[in-house]
Amino acid sequence: MRVFSQVTGIVAPLDRANVDTDAIIPKQFLKSVERTGFGPNLFDEWRYLDRGEPGQDARGRTENKDFLLNRAPYREATILLARDNFGCGSSREHAPWALLDFGFRAVIAPSFADIFYSNSLKNGLLPVVLPTSQVDALFDACGRELGFQVTVDLQAQTVGPVSGAHFAFSVDPFRRQCLLQGLDDIDLTLQYKEDILAYERRRRVAAPWLFQ
Amino acid sequence: MPGQTLYDKLWAAHVVREQEDGTCLIYIDRHLVHEVTSPQAFSGLRLAGRKPWRAGANVAVVDHNVPTIDRAHGIADPVARVQVQTLDRNCRQFGILEFGMSDPRQGIVHVIGPEQGLVLPGMTVVCGDSHTSTLGALGAFAQGIGTSEVEHVLATQCLLQRKAKNMRVEYFGVMPRGVTAKDLVLAWIGRIGTAGATGHTVEFCGEPVVGLSLEGRMTMCNMAIEAGARAGLVAVDEKTIEYVRGRPFAPAGALWERAAQEWRRLRTDDDAVFDRTVRLDVGAVAPQVTWGTSPEMVLPIDACVPDPAQEPDPIRRQGIIRALAYMGLTPGTALSDISIDKVFIGSCTNARIEDLRAAAEVVHGRRVASRVKLAMVVPGSGLVKSEAEREGLDRIFRDAGFEWREPGCSMCLAMNADRLEPRERCAATSNRNFEGRQGQGGRTHLVSPAMAAAAAIAGHFVDIRTFT
Ligand code: SF4
Repeated sequence: MRVFSQVTGIVAPLDRANVDTDAIIPKQFLKSVERTGFGPNLFDEWRYLDRGEPGQDARGRTENKDFLLNRAPYREATILLARDNFGCGSSREHAPWALLDFGFRAVIAPSFADIFYSNSLKNGLLPVVLPTSQVDALFDACGRELGFQVTVDLQAQTVGPVSGAHFAFSVDPFRRQCLLQGLDDIDLTLQYKEDILAYERRRRVAAPWLFQ
Repeated sequence: MPGQTLYDKLWAAHVVREQEDGTCLIYIDRHLVHEVTSPQAFSGLRLAGRKPWRAGANVAVVDHNVPTIDRAHGIADPVARVQVQTLDRNCRQFGILEFGMSDPRQGIVHVIGPEQGLVLPGMTVVCGDSHTSTLGALGAFAQGIGTSEVEHVLATQCLLQRKAKNMRVEYFGVMPRGVTAKDLVLAWIGRIGTAGATGHTVEFCGEPVVGLSLEGRMTMCNMAIEAGARAGLVAVDEKTIEYVRGRPFAPAGALWERAAQEWRRLRTDDDAVFDRTVRLDVGAVAPQVTWGTSPEMVLPIDACVPDPAQEPDPIRRQGIIRALAYMGLTPGTALSDISIDKVFIGSCTNARIEDLRAAAEVVHGRRVASRVKLAMVVPGSGLVKSEAEREGLDRIFRDAGFEWREPGCSMCLAMNADRLEPRERCAATSNRNFEGRQGQGGRTHLVSPAMAAAAAIAGHFVDIRTFT
């Protein structure tokens, strides 16, 4: 997995609650059998005025000039700021893939939907949970300063501007370690191969119908 | 020590190993696979030179991308065709049982799992699909996972996870006529919001839930995810056991007796403690209709479209304004005055036989309103379809002007050719009314099958309680 330790970059303030994964990457792009190439279609229905189809060249499309990510300097943003319940809805991992492919490395919000949260961690996209008041403060800062930047530091578990006060955030210690070291879940689990086999032996006796 | 909840019991029975920090390796009994969220997982497996840990624990089906007409001609969309063929090839290579597009057992993954007896009480079940929560209706711990986890389960038969909290959703009172499982679950989501159950496993209980068929319970658990819960549950009772009996992949003979005996224990202890309890009086629940772009934006059919000016919270107010603009609705409009262009009866929420019977009963001897451009019924599986045909339901629908289609996800998410055009308004029995869900610019209102059927006949939403 992709290592994450620290990122400094422009914050794109997406001022909406309940941003669902259908909005992050619409269904027609889920037909791909790859993990990459979703960036041009991130937030497709908000970003373009025409209907997007897989495999199309995004350069020929009509952009929605009003949409955040079509305005300078947010095309270069690497940190997304959002409201409550970000990533709700479908379990599609294409959502974090699309955010990463666009260039985002972290998403800051007061809360995330569970599946999106765990999908993100498994791809090196860091979901940062901050209290609403701190998220409000970041939105305010974005409003005051065009191209407002922060540093998200996983080692120190803080978010904040290059100079100024930082907010602390917490993240599951195990997940943090996996991100800092880029550990692969499957390799980790296979270290406990014997435990899995032992479990299966016990279960075969207790509930043999599960192994028919 | 207090008693255990059903979730506690299911969890404890599947812990392979617990790390000091509380992260657990839990064993997965059944892994269901579909074409959209699996190709990258199989590629990952192949790239790392791994094989499935236990191929027999996996079952695959194509449902999201399949056409619902002219199956004999295959899939016209080349990108969708590649995805379906990729699943066929992966299953062949790794020795995984697959119900392909022409298999009579093919259907929506969450419909065929219970139908085939592939999902049993007491199991842990996962699928790369958020509506896996549906299967908790059988007393199984069932949850949706992402593609990285699909690969992890393929390779290790386990999931790395922390235990969620327990939420009890307790219904009480007498079910009014015209109110269905769909209305009960929508009313709950309306009450607690789309993030209200985040971090929890939800158990639905109380007399009204016990009174539901297994199909109704599946409808409820299906939508647990719409309140943020990865898994929903209903305790096992004799109805559950009768539902499973005799299904193709269910145990038989002596093993059946033993299994059924075990399953009867799958209920929450009387002295168990929940982290949170929500109580709902079903007597106060009316048929529900969503008016916005999130399942929590829901109201009883006798209500009016809300006025954002009445909402004190600025973020919520913005959300309502945006939703009304997208939905093309004016505050104060009676929900029953909203006209519709299309009707979709289908999806893993409401495309089982009971749902089709309920809709057919309303439709019987009537005609779809002339303003409705398309009314379609998409059975949840090939077996649901053939049962409905045996009962003559297809005739009732066709005679009324409905289209009778082949099984699949269809216009629930519009990955195939079935979709709304911009600004078209749809009465749908599915589970998500997000922007663009049924087609870019499409406007979705979630309702029960009977309410969708009545709307098709009237051309606008109507109160099923007074619809004669
Ligand atoms: S019917 Fe809809 S909700 Fe259910 S699995 Fe298919 S796309 Fe998902």
